[in-house]
Amino acid sequence: MTSYILRRFVNYAILTALATVFVYIAASTFFYPRRRYLGRNPPIPEDSIDSILTGYGINDKDPVLLRTWWWIERIVTNPLPDKLGHDLGNNAVIAEIFSRAGVSLRLLLVGAIIAAFLGVFFGVWGAVRQYKASDQIVSYTSFILISTPTFVGGVILQILATNFNNATGHQLIRFTGAYTPGITGFWPQLMDKGVHLLLPTIALALFGAAGYSRYQRAVMLDVLGSDFIRTARAKGATRTHALVKHGVRVALIPMSTYFAYNFGTLVSGSAFLEIIFSWAGMGQYGIMAVQQSDVNALAGTVCFTAILLLISSTLSEVLYAALDPRVRV
Amino acid sequence: MPEPLLEVKDLTVSFPNASGDVRAVRGVDYSVAEGEFLGIVGESGSGKSVSSLAVMGLLPSSARITGDITFRGQSLLGMGDKQLSRLRGREMAMIFQDPLSALTPVYTVGQQIEEALTLHNRGISGDLAHKRAVELLKIVGIPAAERRVKAFPHEFSGGMRQRAMIAIAMANDPSLIIADEPTTALDVTIQAQILEVLQKAKEVTGASVVLITHDLGVVAGNVDRVAVMYAGKLVETGPVDEIFSAPRMPYTMGLLRSVPNMLTAGSSRLVPLEGRPPNLAKLPQGCPFAARCPAAQDRCREAEPELLVTDGTGRQVACHRADEIAAGTLRAVDIFPRPPFHEREVLEDRVTEPVVSAKGLVKHFPLYKGAVFRRAVGTVKAVDGVDFEVLPGQTLGLVGESGSGKSTTSLELMELTAPQAGSLHVAGHDVSKLSKADRLAMRKDVQIVFQDPMAAVDPRLPVGDIVAEPLTVHKVPRAERQRKVAEMLELVGLDPEMADRYPHEFSGGQRQRIGIARALITEPKVLVLDEPVSALDVSVQAGVVNLLEDLRDKLGLSYLFVAHDLAIVREIADTIAVMYLGRIVEYGPVAEVYASPRHPYTRALMSAVPVPDPEVERTRRRIILAGDQPSPAEDIAGCNFASRCPLISLLPEGKQQRCRGEDPVPVLHGGSRVACHHVDSISRLDTVDAASQSSVTSA
Repeated sequence: MTSYILRRFVNYAILTALATVFVYIAASTFFYPRRRYLGRNPPIPEDSIDSILTGYGINDKDPVLLRTWWWIERIVTNPLPDKLGHDLGNNAVIAEIFSRAGVSLRLLLVGAIIAAFLGVFFGVWGAVRQYKASDQIVSYTSFILISTPTFVGGVILQILATNFNNATGHQLIRFTGAYTPGITGFWPQLMDKGVHLLLPTIALALFGAAGYSRYQRAVMLDVLGSDFIRTARAKGATRTHALVKHGVRVALIPMSTYFAYNFGTLVSGSAFLEIIFSWAGMGQYGIMAVQQSDVNALAGTVCFTAILLLISSTLSEVLYAALDPRVRV
Repeated sequence: MPEPLLEVKDLTVSFPNASGDVRAVRGVDYSVAEGEFLGIVGESGSGKSVSSLAVMGLLPSSARITGDITFRGQSLLGMGDKQLSRLRGREMAMIFQDPLSALTPVYTVGQQIEEALTLHNRGISGDLAHKRAVELLKIVGIPAAERRVKAFPHEFSGGMRQRAMIAIAMANDPSLIIADEPTTALDVTIQAQILEVLQKAKEVTGASVVLITHDLGVVAGNVDRVAVMYAGKLVETGPVDEIFSAPRMPYTMGLLRSVPNMLTAGSSRLVPLEGRPPNLAKLPQGCPFAARCPAAQDRCREAEPELLVTDGTGRQVACHRADEIAAGTLRAVDIFPRPPFHEREVLEDRVTEPVVSAKGLVKHFPLYKGAVFRRAVGTVKAVDGVDFEVLPGQTLGLVGESGSGKSTTSLELMELTAPQAGSLHVAGHDVSKLSKADRLAMRKDVQIVFQDPMAAVDPRLPVGDIVAEPLTVHKVPRAERQRKVAEMLELVGLDPEMADRYPHEFSGGQRQRIGIARALITEPKVLVLDEPVSALDVSVQAGVVNLLEDLRDKLGLSYLFVAHDLAIVREIADTIAVMYLGRIVEYGPVAEVYASPRHPYTRALMSAVPVPDPEVERTRRRIILAGDQPSPAEDIAGCNFASRCPLISLLPEGKQQRCRGEDPVPVLHGGSRVACHHVDSISRLDTVDAASQSSVTSA
């Protein structure tokens, strides 16, 4: 089994590398970073532009494949901080990723875990009470949430929070940025960060849970009619006991893969949330990179996402094997 | 009379449905005494499973239940889930049909047995529960129970899973065990093992057992009392001997007469019980069996008969004409007369050229491992060198357990390509030398009928198109096709007018007739029949078997009849080939092989088949095979049956060595070819005491 997971890991690692290289090639082909330096007043001499762009390794006068080769060469030979080059703000991409990843992951991890728990709970709840009023309410609520664009949901939450703050007369819920600058001391800082986390986490958890609950409900409905649930009840387990111990346990198996993959893609999915709540996270970085035709920054973002996906896919394999004895070899 | 353990009074169960309520159970009364073994028999859809699920309180919440069920004086229907859960598993246990889906795939067998214990005895320590689980597995005859208790259900074979189910049911020494078709999904040799385990479970726990089955043979050998169900009602109950010897309800009579009996098959024709049970959502007026009953009178179509006690023996019958039947003025032989039996002329001297002739036929499947770099890690020897011949106008019966390679053998014949090894001749041609065009032309000569008639046809094509399809392949003009379709439907006993209808409008037996018509339309010489009746209810099996016999004799067809049911094979076949692990272990004329089986496997197979006659069943000597068929991927030195052979332990040491070291080649003994070193010693199996052969010994 371990060797199987190791093999899968190597496969995923190769895919990650390929994906990043392809994105670099695509971005280098379609982006036109030179525009940034053209049409300035006073105009920048072409030689200077060339030297700036060459410094970043993104001079369009060099063939794309050659630039890609240099980029790969830098990754292999440069010391860690310089591996992914510099973005157009002249910050090392690796350094940016390190500072932003913490911000993003703090938001994502909490949100994703809450979403998973809520999703499983409401999915099972809906399946067990299929077509009853409670199931209908859960279903319609999740449909509404799924069809609401993230930025609309985020803004509605902000409006609600502002109203709440106005009603109480205190600035209780602060939601701009990841923290308030200027606060000192461990506890005040922690409190402050927690408060800032509140709204985006609620948004993330609600939207995630809505999707999960639909999937969990469908899987659970399949399991509900299984013979082994009937066997468990014939042994003397009550309906609830049989459903939780035998039903949910089996229904979690396909969910585990879904969770793990979803977590990998959350980074890109939550980009809008980061922008709405002004979090300097990875999603925001990626969008900025596209807007500014920043090849290095985009390649770095994609590389980061791909690595997250690599980790979560491997995790899903481990999780699947842990949950389902039939695939352990 | 002591109070019965379980009493069911006027039980009705209906399922609300858009097109009218489905009345699955319509007023059933029965009781089970302490320690009694009751059999409930009926065709699929007769309500036998639903009524016992109602007893356990395990019906879906959409079911509407009325009536009264009392267990030890407590009324069960009013109880909530919590109260019932305290009874379930402790006082009443249930064994289900499909043991793979009935066990939770993610918990070990041990955990699932332990759960049954801890649910009712919170104080029990984990250690004690584990010990008890191992002990239970030993009782139900699972070898190496200490190790196997940690195995997951998918690591068990079908028979072992069913043993584990029985262990779970026995765990709390219940006073009632309900077994719902416990052996239907299993091979006949495994069925014999499981029935023995069930009897043992009854002895060990002292429980009453309710055995629900459609197989009259299974009932005959095991139960004390029989209840026959039809269309949601009991139609006859009584002691097993009397029901079998003198049935009083025409449905029971028809059922009993339609079942082939392995001991007498082949000397008379089967009695078909035509038609199908009524739709439970739209029941006709009167007796629900009237439409299929040859003895029905006007009053039968007007009022439904009540289940009444007819005499002092406790027999109950629901039939308007029960008095006439009891008095002997209306006899079973008159209601269901046996169709006339014609002695067939079988060419004694085999001067005729065989239609199919296989020599040393081999089909191996390589076993791969790895997703990226596939490498062969073994070989599944599905068919491992078989010789057989099918003579014109005759039937070769191919029997064996599932996984013995009988279907692969028949598909090799359908393939019409060069076999991996050996040779295959069809209608005088060597199939390895056929050109593409010849092969296409030859496909007309070899046709197949599949097991499940519904799965084998496109449900969205009208029957006429289904039957005509082989002709479109062979580019027959449209007008000609239509004429042939009508002719074929007529031939298999269907109305040619039905050609426009769709498969779902037909009953199981009719669908199989459609399958036969489709196979016959190319005027084949050879028909491969792959378990053609095993998916059908017993009552309609007889009609299809009779039709196949008639068609063979009328059209001069040759059959390769693949089946696991030895009674039906005796009925229809002229020659029988017994397969085990890809080899034919015994091959010979049906009369000879059935009269004196010479291979220990053939003996075991035959003794495992239940006979629908309680008296015979009680006195029959059973050879119960130990364990399961080994995997066909295993490399076995010597005889591949040695690991399960009942004979080997009765032989002196020197002879045993030969079985383990030398692979037996088929040798002619009398009229049959037998692959066994010790054919002369086979009579030793007769002298051994059946009890000492039991597979249910503590391992």
